[in-house]
Order: sequence, then structure tokens, then C-alpha cells
Amino acid sequence: MAPLRRSSTLRLTGLLCLSFLVFFSRGFASHDVVSEKSSGTIQEDSHSQANSTAHKKTFPVLSFNYEHVRTPFEISLWILLALFMKLGFHIIPTVSHIVPESCLLIFVGLLVGGIIKATGEQPPVLDSNLFFLYLLPPIILDAGYFLPMRSFTENIGTILMFAVVGTLWNVFFIGGMMYAVCQIDAAELAHVDLLSCLLFGSIISAVDPVSVLAVFEEIHINELLHILVFGESLLNDAVTVVLYHLFKEFAHEQTVTVTGAILGVISFFVVSLGGVMVGVIYGIVGAFTSRFTSYSRVIEPLFVFLYSYMAYLSAEIFHLSGIMSLIACGVIMRPYVEANISHKSYTTVKYFLKMWSSVSDTLIFIFLGVSTVAGPHTWNWTFVIFTVIFCLVSRVLGVIGLTAFINKFRIVKLTKKDQFIIAYGGLRGAIAFSLGFLLDNGEIKNLFLTAIITVIFFTVFVQGMTIRPLVELLAVKKKKESKESINEEIHTQFLDHLLTGIEDICGHYGHHHWKDKLNRFNKTYVKRWLIAGERSTEPQLISFYNKMELKQAMMMVESGSAAKLPTIVSTVSIRNVQTKGAPKPSRAISKSREEEIRRLLRANLQKTRQRLRSYSRYELLNDALEDNISEARFRKQREMERRMSHYLTVPANRQETPPVRKHDFKMQCINQYNTFLFHTGYHKVYTYDDSESPRGRASPSCADDVSELKETPEKPDQSSTPRANRDAELKPKEQDDQGDQLKVSRCLSDPGPNPEDDEDSTFLP
Amino acid sequence: MGASQTRLEHNYDDLTEKSGFSHEQIKNLYQRFQQLSGNNEKISRDDLERIPALNNNPIRKQIITAFFDKRNQHQNDVGSLDEIGFEQFLMVMSHFRPVNSKATEEEKATVRKQKLRFLFNMHDTDNDGIITLDEYRTVVEELLSQSGAIETEVARAIADAAMLEVASTNVPHMAPDDFYEGITFEHFEQILKGIEMESRMYIRFLDMNAATMRCGKLSS
Repeated sequence: MAPLRRSSTLRLTGLLCLSFLVFFSRGFASHDVVSEKSSGTIQEDSHSQANSTAHKKTFPVLSFNYEHVRTPFEISLWILLALFMKLGFHIIPTVSHIVPESCLLIFVGLLVGGIIKATGEQPPVLDSNLFFLYLLPPIILDAGYFLPMRSFTENIGTILMFAVVGTLWNVFFIGGMMYAVCQIDAAELAHVDLLSCLLFGSIISAVDPVSVLAVFEEIHINELLHILVFGESLLNDAVTVVLYHLFKEFAHEQTVTVTGAILGVISFFVVSLGGVMVGVIYGIVGAFTSRFTSYSRVIEPLFVFLYSYMAYLSAEIFHLSGIMSLIACGVIMRPYVEANISHKSYTTVKYFLKMWSSVSDTLIFIFLGVSTVAGPHTWNWTFVIFTVIFCLVSRVLGVIGLTAFINKFRIVKLTKKDQFIIAYGGLRGAIAFSLGFLLDNGEIKNLFLTAIITVIFFTVFVQGMTIRPLVELLAVKKKKESKESINEEIHTQFLDHLLTGIEDICGHYGHHHWKDKLNRFNKTYVKRWLIAGERSTEPQLISFYNKMELKQAMMMVESGSAAKLPTIVSTVSIRNVQTKGAPKPSRAISKSREEEIRRLLRANLQKTRQRLRSYSRYELLNDALEDNISEARFRKQREMERRMSHYLTVPANRQETPPVRKHDFKMQCINQYNTFLFHTGYHKVYTYDDSESPRGRASPSCADDVSELKETPEKPDQSSTPRANRDAELKPKEQDDQGDQLKVSRCLSDPGPNPEDDEDSTFLP
Repeated sequence: MGASQTRLEHNYDDLTEKSGFSHEQIKNLYQRFQQLSGNNEKISRDDLERIPALNNNPIRKQIITAFFDKRNQHQNDVGSLDEIGFEQFLMVMSHFRPVNSKATEEEKATVRKQKLRFLFNMHDTDNDGIITLDEYRTVVEELLSQSGAIETEVARAIADAAMLEVASTNVPHMAPDDFYEGITFEHFEQILKGIEMESRMYIRFLDMNAATMRCGKLSS
């Protein structure tokens, strides 16, 4: 029964996909979305014209006017197609295991292009403007914003070597060798001169971040390799830009001068450093702006996006490296913005970035396929085959040579396996195609484009498909599941300080010394300017701790609301860990008394909660839906609590519970909830990466459940709130509660993202 | 000065064997040792405390104590010294040597254990073989000590949570009345499995004589 259903679902999905394809391609066939190459009359257009020219004096009840909405309509159709394809691939699991998504998308593009061509229309080509201005930035921003800073900075030397020296080597090797090939008479390529070959080399050499991301994301290799290849693909943009413009100028002039070469080198530094500077400026401005956005929370995410986009565009104005600018902006902005914006805004930013980059990525690959079918091709067997061969050869040689050099300076050396993966992961992609597309029209351009497309296809299809089995075969270390642990965090920080101290004793300024200096500079000056309120002085350990607690709280609630209680992994509770000296609970309290006290506490806390809600200062709260959800949560928690009841101990001097102050209860309860959480030993990382609102603390509201009373009653204010001012404590706690409720109910109403690996470490490791 | 130098040269091979540093590195470290000790034979705690760069370090006390801790001398001794000679200085430093990348898995595991042992000794101040909750609390408090006025409550909460985590991972099923004494070395190893100590806990020791450029100054 089940297999039959599955196969029929598959068939249905396949049928749907096919029908969508035909439908969409018919829709596209009538235009060219981006360039003015639109040929062919649109039947609807003529139809409406016919309508208007007919002698109809009556008022048209229903009229047809397609021209009016043509462009946005067709753009939306394209995007819909991309999304349906993406969806389709995930519904059919068997194919996506073997073939990476990018291949499938290119294939779909080929199909669509083929269908369009078959109907006699001109399929649209991937316009370079569209690509560089609209499709590329979201992907880069997404990558840059979530760049794992620790591994990036640790390997920055290696990455730069690969990006700069490696790309240069590739360019000259491929350019030179292709020129040699062109000299062969049999190839009929005599018209391609050296400069053109070098230009071609500069286009084809750069490793493409889009392709790398698309393929590497699915194979989950260890962080080091991922950051090496990916970092290289990002940073080689500067080299590519400079060389491309340089050779284009030279090819135009047909001369190479020494001054030209020197200017080229200078230009490289200007382009890369200038790009970074532009990004940093926008990043700082963005961080500063986010300090004040608490007055209008809903527009917060927009600031993040717009500042980054402006950074990209501003860099492009001056022909600086837009990619580096975008990355720099994202990296600089992130720690400060995250500390300032609300939890919801953070989620929005994250989701939007992922969404846009996903759509862009899909569109790019589909367009690549369509453009392949569309573009005029000049197929020259020799040229194409030798290009592919030399690309591979130069990459391998480059990686081996560079690694031999780099390993002298690295402590954690790159093994042969690492080298292989790095070499094999040098995928080319849409950037090469777009750059080629920008060349002046001519026979050479078509020749180059054909070769570029072939290389792209080869790398994406062959290398993309085989890299996964190869990774398995070579037993390359995979990405280890990041289990966030407060012990690891403590010791990471401890280690940092320890190593800095040892370096100081040794007397030389090493890596740790400078990192420490940067951290201190950041803490004393920068944070104070860019982070609003008290978050600016919060040490990293505490924010980490708070983050973790919130995560666990939300995980707890989610599992509770799903009526699926977590299996109790660990029966260890906080009591097992408390020092012997602490007053042990007196077991003399009877069961009934326990029940009574518990009921009293719960009732009080519930009342507290309802009272607190009315003090809310956030306009976004007081949703009726949240009430219902909280009620459901109450019930579920009570159920869980009943299960855990045998862990309850009531400390002896807790018997005068009712007259205790309201916020003491709250704190007590919060701490108990914390222990309750750890009680279940939940250590899995929840993908909901949250940071708190500026005023809210991470302690979840536990007004609904008291499953374990803490046994150290002498600290009624024990909490994770390091506020010195006791008087103001009440109000912040209320906001606490609101904030937490919000977070919790957000958690419930939102099914959460797919378990993706995000990097959520803060800027200062 | 001349006599001690010649004596030192004879010992180079001996020191290399014991600590694993190269001759060049030992020479550099010796120069630094001379700087710190004011050309004496031994270094006292005051000498180390006088290093200005350490002032900003929240755990400087623990670091300095580690140098005078006999347990770090690979000699199964306990207690602490008042002064250390160059050989002992080297022995402590050898804990921070990077692991040879060509080492086998076994050798890497040994190095790892050694480094973790060093860390453990830093936490376990009373040398009873376990890190108790109080000791761990001290660790967290020290870590947060430089970050302004943090309430002790916070530090304790963090330490408690960390302790609980260790207990839950290592001894998943404890009856309500059992008491978790403290973190033993095995548990410590287990909990820090995720951090690859052998590749994280190292500093680069200079092979060349860059240190001489700052000669004459005690500060660095």
C-alpha cells in the first residue's frame, strides 16, 4: 500500500513538474525578461490591440491588458518556476542524493530553454547586469553575514595565498597554455592572440562562490576545508576584477606597457583594500544605526539589508571589489547589530537572507541552462577540450605547489587528502559566464563563451556529482555536529587567556596577543558606541550562557507543545551537583504538604504572570493567540511536571511561601526552570539561533511549572540578571517575561527552519 | 654569565630531549628567562608578576601559579615551588608546544592528554584529583573578573550549569540522593572532547633571534 502510494506520488509530482515546465516556458516564450532582444509578437498583445481597434463603443466589462503588468508578471513567473523546481527536487529524494541540486537546476534550465527554442522564440539570456546587481549580492551577503569568523581568521593567510597567488598562477598558466594551443595550425585559432588568451584565462580561473556553496553545502565536510575553498572563492574576486579590466584594456590597446603592469599591481591593492574599507564604513554606520532602532523595530531588518546592498553598489561605482565590500560590511556589522536588534528582527534577517540567497542561487543555475541553449555558440573542439584539461591541470598544480609552501608556516598542516579536496572543489560558475558575456561582441566572444560554459558544466556536473562519493571514499573528516556546551565555551575563553598569558611571558607578540588586544579595544571603545544600553558591557560568556538557556527553554516548550515528551536522558539534577555544605532538604515534609505548597506557588505565579502582562510596554504583545498557546503550554507543562514529580524536594524553610515577595518567586521559579531544563539533559543544538532583545534576559518564564524547587533558598534573587539596580528590577523582569513569552510563543507558532548548519559564533572568538 | 652559558650549552641536548624544543628555541627561551629573572639563576613569582602585559589578563594568578606547580614538571611530585630554574621553566613551556603533524594517532592522544592534564591542574588547586564545584566557581569568577562588576550570582549560575552539564554527560543516571563529587580527569577529558586540544593549545616558539631586538627591557 505504502510503496504504491509513494510511486503514485512520485509520478504525480513528476507530471506536475513537467506540466509546469511546459506552462512556464510557453509563458516565457513570449518575451525576454531582461534584454531588449525580445522578438516575436505576443499573441495576447495582438489580441488586446485587436480589441481596441475594433469598433466597440460599449464600456468593456472585462478587458485584457497584459502589457501593463508584463515585466513583473514574467519575473514572478520565473521565480515561481525556480521555487517549484527546488520544491520538486526535495520531494523526490532519490535523485537529490546522487545529483547535487545545482546540476538538476541547470538541467531544468536546459529543458526550459529547449522548449522555448522549440516553439521558435528566443530564450532569454543571463544578462550580466541582472546577475551582478540583483542575483549575486544576496548570496554573497548571506555567506558573509554567517561567515565563521574564528576559522576564517585563523586560516586567513592560507586563504589569501590561495586566492591571490593561486588565481594569478591559474590565469597565467591557462592563458599561456591556451595561446600555445592556438598556435597549432590544425586548430584554426590563429586569430586569438596572447592578450585575448590571457583575458580568457582571467575569466575562467576564478573559483566561483555560488557553485562552491551549492555543492559544498550538501557534502558537509569539515570546517577547515570548507572555509579554505569558500574563503578563496570570495577573496579572489579582487584579483579577478583587476585582471579582467587590465587585460581588457590591454586587449583594446593591443599593447602591454610596464607602467600598465605596475598600475595593475597598484590597482589590485586599491581594489581589494578599497572594497574592504567601503564595507567597513557601511558596516560601522549600520551598527550605529541599529543602536537607535529600538524605537521602530519593524524596519530593523531593512537597515541590515540596505546598508549591505549600498556597500556593494558603492564599491561597484568605483570599480572596487563589491564582493569584498559586502563581506566586510556583513562581518563588521553582525556582532553589534545582533546585540541591538530584537529577537524577531534577528530571525527576520536570518530568514530573509537564506530565502533570497536560495532563490538567487536557483535562478542563476536555471538561467545558466537557458543561456546555454540560447547563446550563439562557436564550437571548436581543440579549444574547448584543452581549456577543460588545462583548467584541471593548473588547479592541481597550483594547489600542490602552494600547499607545499604554505605548510611550512602552518601548524595544522594540510594533508594530501585536504589538498585533493581543495583542488577538486575549484568549481567555476556563473561569475565566469557573466564576465565572458560582458566582452565585446565578436567571434572570439562566442568562442570563449562556449568554452566557459563547457568548463562550468564540467565542473558543476562531473566534479559536483562525484565529489560526494569521493569524500566518502577518502574518508575525509566531516563536519562535526556542533554541540554547544557551556564547558567548551568556558574553556575556549580560558584557553584564549591562557595562551595570551604564556605568549606574554615568552615575550613575543603572537597571534593571541594581537587578538587579545583587538578584543580589549573592541570592548572598551567600539562596543560602547555601537551597542545600545547595557548589552555593551556584557561579557561574552554571559551572553553565551543566556543564549543557551533560551535555546533550551524553547526546545523544551516546543517538545512539550507537540505532546511528545522528551525521553529523560539524564536523571542528574542540580541537587546532585551542589556542594555538600549546602543545607540538604528535609524529607520530613509530607506529600500532601508538598502538593499544597506546589499548588500555592503555581497559583501565585500564574497570578503574577497575568498581572505582569498588563504592564507590557511592547505594542506587539497581548495577542489573544498567545494566550491560548500559553494555556495549552501550561497544561502540557503540568503533565510533564507530574512525571517529574518524584524529583521534587521542598527545602525546610520554604514553608512560609505565600508572603514571599513577588519577584522573588519569579527568580526562584526561573532558576528552577533552568534546572528543570538541564534536568532533561537536553544538549542537542536547536537550530533556532536567537539573541535576546536588549532588555530581556534569557530566563524563560516558568510561571506555569514548578517541578523542582531549588534548595538554596538563601539566594532568592539568584538569576542570570546581572543588574545592580534592585529597584528597577521589577520592570525589567516584566519585560523579561513579556520578551520570553514572546520568544516562546514565537517558537510555538513557527515550525522553525530546516536543520541547517549556521554559524552563530560571535565576531570575537 | 660566561660560566653559566657554557654549562647551558652542555645541557642543550639534555634539555632538548626532555622538553622537545629545538636548540634555537631553547636559546631564545633562555634569553627570555634571563630577562625575566634579571640575570639570576632562578625566577620567583614577583618576577613574573612584574610583566606589565599580564595585568590585563583575568587569569594571571592561575597562570603564574601553574609555573610554580610541581605537578607540571612531569615528575609525579606535588606541592609548589618558590622559585624555578630554567629547566623547570622549559618544562612548563613544553606543554605549549604544537604537536608534530606527522605524529601517529597514539602520539597525538598522549600529547592531548598532557595538555588536558595541565589545564586540569590549573583548575584543581587543592590537588585532590577532582575539580569540585567551588573550584569551578572560582574559575568562572576569575574569567569574568575583568569584565566589570559582575555579580557573583551570575558566575555561580554559570558554574553550576557547567557542572551539571558535566555530570549529565558523564553520569547520566544518578539517583536523587547521589552526590556528584566533582569532575575527575576522565570526565574532564570527555567534556572537552570537542575541542581538539592538540591543535588548539599551542603557541609558536621562535626559532630565530627576534627576541634580541627587545633586549634590555623587562617588559615586552
